[in-house]
Amino acid sequence: MSDDGHPAVSLPRSLGRVEHARWHGPRASVVLGGLVGILLIAAAAGVWVGSVWIHPTALIGMFWNAMPFVEMQPWWSATDQQILIGIRLPRVLAAAGVGASLSIAGVMFQGLLRNPLADPFVIGASGGAAMGAAAGTFLLGLQFTAFGFGVIPLLGFLGSFAAVWIVFVLARHHGRARISGLILVGFAVSSVAGAVNALLVMLSDQLQLRMVQTLTWILGGISVNGWTPLATVLPVMAVGGVAGMLLTARLNALVLGERGAVRVGVDIERTKLFVIAVASLLTAVAVSLSGLIAFVGLLIPHAVRLVIGPNNRLLLPAAALAGAAYLILMDLIARTLLAPMELPVGIFTAIVGSPFFIILLRRVRGNYEF
Amino acid sequence: MNSDRHRASIDVDDLSFAYNGTQVLHDVTFHLASGEMVAIIGPNGAGKTTLMACVNGILREHTGRICIGNADLRFMKAREVARHIAVVPQEFQVPFAYRVREVVALGRSPYLGRFGTLHESDERAIDRALAVTDVEELQGREYNALSGGERQRVVIALALAQDPRVLLLDEPTVHLDLSHRIDLLRLVAKINAGRGVTVLAAMHDIDLVAGFFPRVIVLGNGRVVADGPAGDVITSSMLQRVFDVEAQVIEDPDTGLSRVFPKLDPPAERV
Repeated sequence: MSDDGHPAVSLPRSLGRVEHARWHGPRASVVLGGLVGILLIAAAAGVWVGSVWIHPTALIGMFWNAMPFVEMQPWWSATDQQILIGIRLPRVLAAAGVGASLSIAGVMFQGLLRNPLADPFVIGASGGAAMGAAAGTFLLGLQFTAFGFGVIPLLGFLGSFAAVWIVFVLARHHGRARISGLILVGFAVSSVAGAVNALLVMLSDQLQLRMVQTLTWILGGISVNGWTPLATVLPVMAVGGVAGMLLTARLNALVLGERGAVRVGVDIERTKLFVIAVASLLTAVAVSLSGLIAFVGLLIPHAVRLVIGPNNRLLLPAAALAGAAYLILMDLIARTLLAPMELPVGIFTAIVGSPFFIILLRRVRGNYEF
Repeated sequence: MNSDRHRASIDVDDLSFAYNGTQVLHDVTFHLASGEMVAIIGPNGAGKTTLMACVNGILREHTGRICIGNADLRFMKAREVARHIAVVPQEFQVPFAYRVREVVALGRSPYLGRFGTLHESDERAIDRALAVTDVEELQGREYNALSGGERQRVVIALALAQDPRVLLLDEPTVHLDLSHRIDLLRLVAKINAGRGVTVLAAMHDIDLVAGFFPRVIVLGNGRVVADGPAGDVITSSMLQRVFDVEAQVIEDPDTGLSRVFPKLDPPAERV
């Protein structure tokens, strides 16, 4: 026995006491610092670029005036200020929040379900949201708003959240929710919701007339009227993000499988409950701001994982930052490419993201295991 | 001596377990003193894996009692169980390209705080686990890209990172070639001798059991049918009775260990 209580091994290496350098993954400060920089550049571009040209110095002036203790005489017009602060900034923040939320939800669902095709909508959120939105179409005449949201986003939120919980409850058997059960029940519930949705559209004249509005919402576009909706949604997203960070160690343990995670002390059923609660809440609030934006929650987690590795402790915040920057830029393209016409951002997240992702995948092929 | 911390007895009393109405374990009773190294053998379907899953706290719907040290397993949370008992399953792959050190770090899960941060004490426990299992130089490699033998050592390192008092192994050698089987059991014996960790292993290879385990428990149809020193338990009558195999058991003149020679047809009689 050696003095530290461990057996002396008769290997030459241990006689020489060769110290092996500890392996560590990419430095969190470098990865997150770099991504914060990219996010700030994207946000600045998002605020600056638009149908009305505003002198860049005005942007900087307004930024400084927003800081405490600094007061500058504005050399820009009140209209410019209204456009930047009242319209573009909330839109950029909404895009950032949606991109971050969908990316976090994607990381969490991929980690929980151990399935490469998992995305925020995998266990029913999209079907539920679409059904809620279609139901909302009947109620458009009500002119009802809450927290700055209209009927369609509100019912989309409720539908999305409710569908995931229906899936979770149906997939549970004797207090246990099996992963395969979640995926299959999620698929079944989504299919039912899609079928009911199609039926509603077929049967209702009312809905067909208003279908353009509903379809546009479902296809995904950042729609935010000023600051009121953000005041509700952004804090929820922030809380969801922090809650997601608290679950990353358990998400890592889940790579050992359900039994493997229990063997290292993870309370597996509670973990599933927490992960699904946080991820589905983030998804539903993102849906309320933007409808169903495809690919962000699927591709961003994969793309970031390809670059920095699968450790959720770094992956989750990194994917949040990357998703935020990505959606700001895609939204920028969607609203400026054919301005004043606005295209659904979901089109660009797919068209730009997929080729980029395929190139990335081919470059590191063989090293990306799922 | 801090190695006392790692010592624990295992007491299994009247353990019965039914799965979908089928009785898998019947009144299984055995006691392991702290620091013992014991193999469980038995034919497929005898209940070895179920027994292991009960002792590691995964299956809890059993009757009877399992105690680790003085603690009743039934009253322990998964996290608490994981600080006492580590399980080495058959080697497995993981989704995603986790590195070896990240996989071993998962063994620290039962000790992590709310934020899941690995502290220096955790990193040191990981260093030790990597050193004992001799996989330090692999720590930056992708776990899935390793050979089966290397992966199995990493899985043991993961278990050791849990700082366990009891090590349970469920047929740890089935996917390994002969030299890796021997290496692996040497490593387990080293851990048992050096750290005083109690070892209970479900095994298939009876020659290896005879070579490495002082004591053997035989499970047949969910019951303990024999329990004692390897040399007394491994007999041709036991093999006939429990495994339905006609075999000669011969004592190796060099080592005194039992060797099993199943009766097979000579080559000429095969068609």
